[in-house]
Amino acid sequence: MTRYRLEIRVTPRPGILDPQGKAIHHALHSLGWEAVDDVRVGKAIHLELDAPSEDAARAEATTMCEKLLANPVTENFEIDRVEPA
Amino acid sequence: MRVAVVTFPGSNCDYDLYQAVKQVGGNPEFRWHRERGLDGIDAVMLSGGFSYGDYLRAGAIARFSPIMEDVVPFAEAGGLVVGICNGFQVLCEAGLLPGALIRNESLRFQSEDCLMRVERADTPFTSDYAEGQVIRVPLAHAEGNYRADDETLAQLEAGNRVLFRYVDAHGNASDEANPNGSTAGIAGIVNESGNVMGMMPHPERAMEALLGSTDGVPLFASLVASLSAGAAAGTGVGR
Repeated sequence: MTRYRLEIRVTPRPGILDPQGKAIHHALHSLGWEAVDDVRVGKAIHLELDAPSEDAARAEATTMCEKLLANPVTENFEIDRVEPA
Repeated sequence: MRVAVVTFPGSNCDYDLYQAVKQVGGNPEFRWHRERGLDGIDAVMLSGGFSYGDYLRAGAIARFSPIMEDVVPFAEAGGLVVGICNGFQVLCEAGLLPGALIRNESLRFQSEDCLMRVERADTPFTSDYAEGQVIRVPLAHAEGNYRADDETLAQLEAGNRVLFRYVDAHGNASDEANPNGSTAGIAGIVNESGNVMGMMPHPERAMEALLGSTDGVPLFASLVASLSAGAAAGTGVGR
């Protein structure tokens, strides 16, 4: 078993209204960044996990996302990074 | 009629629900989320509040509470299950109802009375209302913005599964009457078999004229009446 550190990214699905992104978009415009468009706010979940291999760690994290960490109705997820802790 | 009122850590409308069931002649009993077993229970209610602090997503962690392992088969066997506010969010997260509730469009915690149109009066939850009746019920939530994919929405509408819709005083749905940005002004829905219902507003807070509205009473009266009728006809469900 090796300990891996994982970074998981959960983001609102395209087409799903993201009120937080909208508010930040508005705030950035108010601050003068008028070129900013399409702001989306997600979550970064970092965790450590003991697994026999990197692939196994990734597979387990995918199951975690499907079961708990992301809601498939409104959110997409990506496992951004898997590396030995 | 035994109605289990489930309390998760962070639930805060469980006593209101208990009292509402009692007021209309039902027999409520509290169930802590770690308790197992729904033997002899006729209906289950999931209350409002902030289960598990709404961490991750509202309802996302509560749906894995031990009692939910009994609530899911209870619902699948046809038992009546009601989720109000956070309870609705839990039912969606548990997959007992379709769709999801995301952050209000306003980004604010909305706490106010809302008007809803009762879309159907032929369900165990709404039989004491008249179809098309406009009722006034408080709401209090930050994540009540109902979302589902187009196919699910089409199925909900085609199957007449929207039970409550936000409307204005004339009974018309409009953006102004919609407190949270819910698609099509959806405030409450039922599942395909019609035995699981979720809604964001709080009928259990509309039980006393002194407190502003009694428009929640028929919901609880409907539920208890339908359970009594079921028992009389020997068609008890969900055992």
